[in-house]
Formats: sequence, structure tokens, C-alpha cells
Amino acid sequence: MSTIVETHDDHGHHGPAKGLTRWLFTTNHKDIGTLYLWFSFLMLFIGGSMAMVIRAELFEPGLQIVQPEFFNQMTTNHGLIMVFGVIMPAFVGLANWMVPMQIGAPDMALPRLNNLSFWLLPMAFGILISTLFMDAGGPNFGWTFYAPLSTTYAPDTVTFFIFSVHIMGASSILGSINIITTILNMRAPGMTLMKMPLFVWSWLITAYLLIAVMPVLAGTVTMMLMDIHFGTSFFNAAGGGDPVLFQHIFWFFGHPEVYIMILPAFGIVSHIIETFSRKPIFGYSSMVYAMTSIAILSFVVWAHHMFTVGMPLAGELFFMYSTMLIAIPTGVKVFNWVATMFKGSISFETPMLFAIAFVSLFTIGGFSGLMLAIVPADFQYHDTYFVVAHFHYVLVPGSLFGIIAGVYYWLPKWTGNMYDETLGKLHFWLSFFSVNLTFFPMHFVGLAGMPRRYPDYALQFADFNAIVSVGAFIFGFTQLLLLFIVIKAIRTGKKASDEVWEDTKDWGLEWTLDSPPPYHSFTVQPEVK
Amino acid sequence: MKSISRVTRKFLYALLFLVPIPAFTEPSDYNMPIGVTEVSKEIFDLHMLIMWICVWIGVVVFGVMFFSLIKYRKSTGAKAAKFDDHFWLEIFWTVAATVILVGMAIPSTTVMIKAYDDSEGDINIMITGYQWKWQYKYIEDDISFFSNLATSQEQIDNAFPKGEFYLTEVDEPMVIPINKRIRFLITGNDVIHSWWVPDFAVKQDAVPGFINTAWTKVPKPGIYRGACTELCGLKHAFMPIVVRAVEQEEYDAWVVEKIALAEAEKLLTEKIWTKAELIERGQGVYLKNCVACHQASGQGLPPVFPSLDGSEIVTGNKNRNIEILMEGVQGAAMQSFANQLSEVDIASVITYTRESWGNASTGDGEIVVPKDIVDYKNNVNL
Amino acid sequence: MKESKQTIKKLALATVGMFAFAFLLVPIYDVFCEITGLNGKIEGPSTLSSVNTEEVDKREMLIQFVTHNNEAMPWTFTSETSQLRITTGVQQSVMFVFENKTSEDMVGQVIPSVSPGRGAEYFHKTECFCFEQQKLLAGERVELPVVFIVDPNIPLDIGSLSLGYTLFDITDQLSENQIAAL
Repeated sequence: MSTIVETHDDHGHHGPAKGLTRWLFTTNHKDIGTLYLWFSFLMLFIGGSMAMVIRAELFEPGLQIVQPEFFNQMTTNHGLIMVFGVIMPAFVGLANWMVPMQIGAPDMALPRLNNLSFWLLPMAFGILISTLFMDAGGPNFGWTFYAPLSTTYAPDTVTFFIFSVHIMGASSILGSINIITTILNMRAPGMTLMKMPLFVWSWLITAYLLIAVMPVLAGTVTMMLMDIHFGTSFFNAAGGGDPVLFQHIFWFFGHPEVYIMILPAFGIVSHIIETFSRKPIFGYSSMVYAMTSIAILSFVVWAHHMFTVGMPLAGELFFMYSTMLIAIPTGVKVFNWVATMFKGSISFETPMLFAIAFVSLFTIGGFSGLMLAIVPADFQYHDTYFVVAHFHYVLVPGSLFGIIAGVYYWLPKWTGNMYDETLGKLHFWLSFFSVNLTFFPMHFVGLAGMPRRYPDYALQFADFNAIVSVGAFIFGFTQLLLLFIVIKAIRTGKKASDEVWEDTKDWGLEWTLDSPPPYHSFTVQPEVK
Repeated sequence: MKSISRVTRKFLYALLFLVPIPAFTEPSDYNMPIGVTEVSKEIFDLHMLIMWICVWIGVVVFGVMFFSLIKYRKSTGAKAAKFDDHFWLEIFWTVAATVILVGMAIPSTTVMIKAYDDSEGDINIMITGYQWKWQYKYIEDDISFFSNLATSQEQIDNAFPKGEFYLTEVDEPMVIPINKRIRFLITGNDVIHSWWVPDFAVKQDAVPGFINTAWTKVPKPGIYRGACTELCGLKHAFMPIVVRAVEQEEYDAWVVEKIALAEAEKLLTEKIWTKAELIERGQGVYLKNCVACHQASGQGLPPVFPSLDGSEIVTGNKNRNIEILMEGVQGAAMQSFANQLSEVDIASVITYTRESWGNASTGDGEIVVPKDIVDYKNNVNL
Repeated sequence: MKESKQTIKKLALATVGMFAFAFLLVPIYDVFCEITGLNGKIEGPSTLSSVNTEEVDKREMLIQFVTHNNEAMPWTFTSETSQLRITTGVQQSVMFVFENKTSEDMVGQVIPSVSPGRGAEYFHKTECFCFEQQKLLAGERVELPVVFIVDPNIPLDIGSLSLGYTLFDITDQLSENQIAAL
């Protein structure tokens, strides 16, 4: 059911406000999308620098650059920043920019809430990053912050960490409420749910997941707060509690969280492959059902992160089976992307390159995930670099490439200028090469026995660690090229048409608007056949 | 059930030999170890099976994809088809995926059930994870000792060249006899640790307040090295595991020797120690337990690790000095050593610090003898 | 205006309802765990009458007792024996020694853990110091028993049962009045 949106010609044609306050007070979905995207880009470089510190230390055995206490802060904050400060805000930024345009709406349903949702993030990360400069040091217990390392044995700054997590959670929840309300209420007439673009579908599902699990995370950190400051014993055996309870509650959030971090990428990649294969996405309804089943199944697999914790056999088997089940809808999506390319008419612009890399490399990450699901084998993989390889494959050439692909795909629409295609392709090939150089050897180093979160390691792991570090540095510096490309496209470049790519008017409503689009996007509601 | 899955596995393996893949079926530095136990070998086989299934699926899927990318390029004139679904194709590949997964689940379940064996152990060892060392308590023979990283701080700090077993050597390995069922009872003393020996395929978390069990049966004598696999703080990477599996006779002799050593330690507490003897012993204790934080120079790394050289506590009244070693320091990394070091070791290391660097001249000259520690424990006022 | 009042009323009711549900969760969980028998790894004392010892064949099995002082808790805490070969269905008793060798009054608490976890429901304790706050004056020593029966219905594939007791120092978590009352 969609509500008719009234036009407001009485304002005349107006653009955005002028000056810095435009960005502080904006309620415009495009401006807020831009804020999210720049914020996430900044966080990418901050979290990325932490990765560089980690890889510099791990370049050789021995402690050369940092001591273990700082190394643990780097691994922890690298994880927190990438998960909560890069991937999630970037997808929210893309949602803000594209969802209203793709459904034919002038803006989001709750524009002021939208502004708050964004500005909560710099608050949260200001608090988190400031802890690194405090005497006690920042959080050093891993991004998964298991108790009691994160409760009884945590530095005093843990309370700031908890506060910061609460604020991030609030931002996500408020943003998700906005997205669901927008999608359910403001679609153009004729756009039934099963006619929605797949990116919109992916965000509808992701928003529900966020609302379901961010409160669980809030509960987890609140229980931690109680244990640390108010004498409770949720995670402390001394008072009748259980450290493993922490893990159950955390991963009940944590597993849906990782699907939150990939589903929007699925949506983006579907659009890009469709456009550049010049062929409609294969199996639209299956794609929708697959994303829905992945989301539902994501609630019943959490303990596959805890196979060595001492669970009874029946529990371990259940989680093994449910985790293996998720491979089916995910596989269906991969087959459908390939089937879209099959007998298409394919061109290889930069967004398509990133999308193809996504399909192949995310699939590799999916395979290592399937291997991890096998419980007895997981006894040998758990908490080693094999796991690190798996999640970096699904997050970097997975989610991050999905985001980058979306940026290249829609940037001409946003700025009105084509980005530099040669530089874009250079960025792609350097990223593709270095991402594999960085993360593929990690599979082997993990299988050979190197555990996670180690600042120093035995000599047999040295060669591959050196390779990984070189790859990581190349990858890190290559992203500076992306920064250059984006800034260049904002300022100059070949003018982009409304359609930008070929015949895209058939693929989505966003391509019916000017490039760049008017400030209020659709002031006249479009009709969808 | 088991024989069916073995046959299935062997059949699949046979298929795979159509492609030359010798490198990965042999023990390799870059693959999971095959290990020495029955369970570890089955886990290795399972790992290889799943991996090869994934490789073959990848070959098919990527094959179709790269074929399409090459054949259906717009630049060579390909015209896009119009189809966007095919009901039976989708049913087919969904069912095929399900069948493959069920095929994987069956051998996985079999190996799982085998690994979850709760029968009685011939030997029972309680493993306790501490920050940052392991304690092994043999229940039948009543032996108990700590197992610390033996690699010197100089190697870690790149002052000395690294030895072959850098970060994988300990002062006191766990010793077990071959061909006996060893049952492990694993717990944690402070935070969660995890005990992992890849060659046995044993990994269980050490959770404070709870007991987890694991078991192994090692047929081959040898030295097997493992690691802590749950982030436990500063020295998570510095608390390795070493298990020595030996013939039964050698094990029995080791037990006798360990019991005798424990008796001898008890006697040592009663003997009269000279200052020189305490300093000599204390230096050894210091190098093993204290140097990582307080440094060989005694300068520490302030503010996190205080300097002992010129420290008020170390040069002042010995009571506070003893108290810190026995109780640790609340809210700091300094742990209590009361349960980890003998009275002799604590007394000698305190004496060593009081008499080393500049402290010998600036301190009050008081040394600490083992009896002082015994008195502290029995709470006689010092 | 009227419509929004209705919405506000409904939302307020929903909020109150959610809080009520959260509070009710405590008794709901109690009932749930009783019905399903979950919460197996840690067991408090249970009644003997639930054990039917006549009809099932008794067997021998090994019970192990391991003690651990969490984090340098300075008491001596040992069991009289570290393992016992017992017959199921027959009441057994094992003594544990607690000694506070310090110069301060202290309070300790023992947390039990059974391994394998699925064996916990067959381990019936009629007398146990688990979860009880034990106050020992400076220098005081006590001996306390664990009295138990192992249910003969315990599955055959559980060859031995390990009971771990971890002693925690909870002196700092109690107020002076609470300690005096013990």
C-alpha cells in the first residue's frame, strides 16, 4: 500500500542550503547518503591503517614494531571499525541515496530521524577511537569481546566501548525503522513488492534483521556493564553465571550481523550484472526467496562460531546441519548471477569488473565457510588464520567490492560526471590482485597451524606472512586511488546522461531522473507498469 | 553407516584422481596436518573430501561463468537473449546442491560421533589454562606442574637469532604414554583459553569455572606441538603446548622422577640457604617468569611494567615485596605467583631482585628465605 | 488528533506489555527448564526420591573429583580422593577439606561442573557445598562432604564422570553485614 505523495510547487525550485550547516541539519536523503559514504570512506582509511600496523608487525617473526598490548588494541579496533564503521554505514549510505529513487519517492519517510541516525555515528566512533589515546588504552579483547576478558580483565576504557556500541546500535535501529517505513509506504503506484528492485528487497530484509538483532547486542553489552560495575554475574562462574552465555548471546547477534553485511551487496551485484549483461536478472523471485531464507536461517546457526566451547553432541550436530543448509539459497543466488551472464551481451566497465570479482571471490569465501561448518574439521580450523581468510574473503572481495561496485555504478548518477574509466580499471586490477595476494595465503597459514590474534608466530609461518603483508600494503595504498577517482569525478569528467549506461531506463526508476538528480528526486510520482 | 560413508569417500577420491593432484594428498607444510591419531586422520580425510567437492563445484560454476564472459561479449557481437527464468533448471540445481550437502553431512556426522567418546580414560590429566601458561595435573599419579614458554625474551626482541622451535618450546612438556587412552579435563583459571594440538585434532576451550573433556590415543612416539587458540590477553601468542608421547616404560620412569622431584622440592624448603645460593636460583626463576615484563635490566617498561631497579618496594621492607608476589596487584598485569612457584622459588627470586642492579647498595639489605614464604602462607606475622 | 491518541494508547500498552513480559521471563524460564530438563552442566542438590534404583541393573563406573582455586584463591581446597570407583544406585560420600590459611576472614563459593554435560542429570547430590557461601575465619579448617547417588539409568557410553569444583573468593562481593550474617 503506497500513500500518494503531494507535490510542493509552492516552494519553487530550490537547492540545498549553503555552507557547513547544510550538512549538519540536512534532511535530504541524498545529502545524508553522501555523509554516510564519506564517513565510511574515512573509517576505511582509519581501520585500514590499523590493518597496516598489524601486517607490518606480522611481516616477520619477532616483535619489531609494536608490543602485544598495542597489537591487541589494533586487532580489536580494526575489526570494530571495519564492521560498524565502514561496511554498515556504507550500505546505509547507498540505501539512503538509492532506495527513494528506486521506488519513485521524493525522500525517506522520516527525514529528521535520518539525520539523527547519521550524526550518531561520528559521536560513537569519536568515543571509541578516543579510547586509543587514553592511558588505559583502547579495547584489546577482540572485536568479539568475549567475557571474562572483556569484563573482569578489561581496561577501564571498556565502559566507553560499551557506550559507543550502544550509540552505534541506536543509529542502526533508527535507520532501519526509516528504511522499512519508506519501502512499505512510499513505493510508486504499480510497484508491488515483487516488482521492487533487488537492492530495495535486500535492504528491506536487512533492515528487519537489524531491528531484530541490534537490541540483542545492546543487551549483551548492558549485561557486560552490569557485570563490570554493578556486581552481577551473568558471565562470571563465581556468581553462578557462565562465560559461554556471553558467546551465545553475542553470536545470536553476530551471525545475523554478517548477513546484514552481505545482503545489500547481493542486491547491488544483481543490478550491475543485469545492466552490463543487458539481460534481466535470472530468477527474480528465487533471488527474493533466497535472500529471505538466508535471513531466516541466519537466526538458527549462531553456535557454529562456538564449536569448541564444550557443547553437547546433539547441539553441535544441529548447528552443523543448519549452517550447511544456508549454502543452498546462497548457491542459488550464485547460479542465478551466472545464468544472467550466460547468453547475455556483456561489457566490462569498472562496476561489472567488481561485480564479477564479487561473484567469484565471495564464492571462494562461501566454500571456506562450508568447510568451517563441518564440525570435526572445524576443530582444526577454529581460531586459526583459516577463519580469518574466510571472513576476509566474504567481507573484502565480498561486501567491500560490492560497495565499490555500487559506487562506480551510481557515481555518474550522483555527480553528473563519468568517472575516469581507465583509472577505475586500474583500481580494479590492483585491488583484485592484491586482495588475493593478501588473503589467499591465509588459508594455508591457518591450516598449517597459525592461530588468530597472534602478534608473533613460529618460524614455519614466516614466508606466507611476509607475502600477506606485502599484499595488504598494496591493497591499502590502492584505495587511495579510489579516493582520487571519486574526487575527480565530483569535480570534472565527461557529462553523464540520465541513463548513464545502456538502456538502463528499463532496469530501474533511478535512471529516469537527471544526472545529478533534482534535490527532491521525484517531485512527480512515477507510474510503474 | 560408517562403511557406507567410507566407500562413498573412496569412490569420490577415485574420481578425483582423474586430475593429477599429488601435492595435496601428501603431508605438506601448507595443509592441515594428517596427525598421528585415528581421529586426526579421519578429520584430515574429511577436510580433503569437502575441499575437493568445493573445488569441483567451483570448477563447474566458474567454468560456466568464464565461458559466458568470453563467448557472450558485446564487443564480439553477442546479442543478449531474453530469458530470465527456467523453472526446472532452478529445481535441478537446488536439489543437486541439497544432495551434495547431505552427502557431506553423513561422513561428517560419523567422524563427529567418533570424536565424542566418553569412555573411561587410562590416564586422566587436568589441564588448566592460566594467563599465560598451562598447568598439567595428572590425577592418578598426583603430579602437578606448570608448562611455560621456553623461548628467551632476547629471541622475541630480535636481539638473538631465533631457534628452530621459536615460540613452540616449553620448559616442562606434558608427557604421555603411547597407545593409552588419555582423557583431558580442561578448565581455565582466569579468562577463556583454548588447548589445541593439531596432530591430535584436539581443541577445547578452557573456561573458568567449567570442565570440558577431550581425549586422545597416540600410537606413535614423538613430540607434538600446539598453541593457545582463544584470545586471553597480552601473551596469548606466548603460551605454547608441547606433548611428548613416549613408550610405556619411559613414561613410568618419568612419573617416578616427577614424584621424587616433588619430594625434593619439599625438602628444599626446609634447608638453610645462603644468600649466594638464593641469588643464583633466583636469577633462573627471574629469567623464566619475570623478564618478559620487568626486563633483564630490571628497568621494566613503565608505566605498565614498573622498574624493579630502584623500586621502593624492592629496596624497602620485605613484607610488601612478599605480599605482591603472593597476591599479585589488583587491576594490573602482575599476577599472584603463590600457586605457580614454590616457596623456594619465590624467596630466591625476591632475594635476587633485592640484590641485583643498583638495589644491593640502595636497599635495606634484607633478603627473603623460603621459611618467610611458608610463614606468610601460614600467616605468622613477619 | 483522535487517531494519534489511539495510536499512542496502543503503543503505551505495548510498551508496558513488553516490560511485563521481560519480568515474567524469570518464572517462565524456571518452568521451561524444569519441563525440558535443560541446564544440565551445573546441578544443585536434588532429591533422592526421583531415582528408581530397583529395576535397573547397577554397574561400576569411575567418578573423578578435581578441584581448582580460581585465580590464586589462597585457601587449601582438596578432596580426600581424586577418583572413586563406585556402583551406580548406591549412595556415596566424599569429603572435601577447606582451610583458610590467611590472616583474614574470608568467604568462598564453590561452583560445580560436570563433564560430560549430559551426565549431569544422572548425578544426584543430596548434600553438597556447591553454590553455598562458605565463610571461614582466619586459620579455620572445615571438612564438608558431597553425598551423591549416580542414577543406574546413566547411559552405558558414559564411562566416567568428572566432577570439577572451582573455588572462588567472593569476600569482596559481599557487604560487611552479609559476611557477619553467615
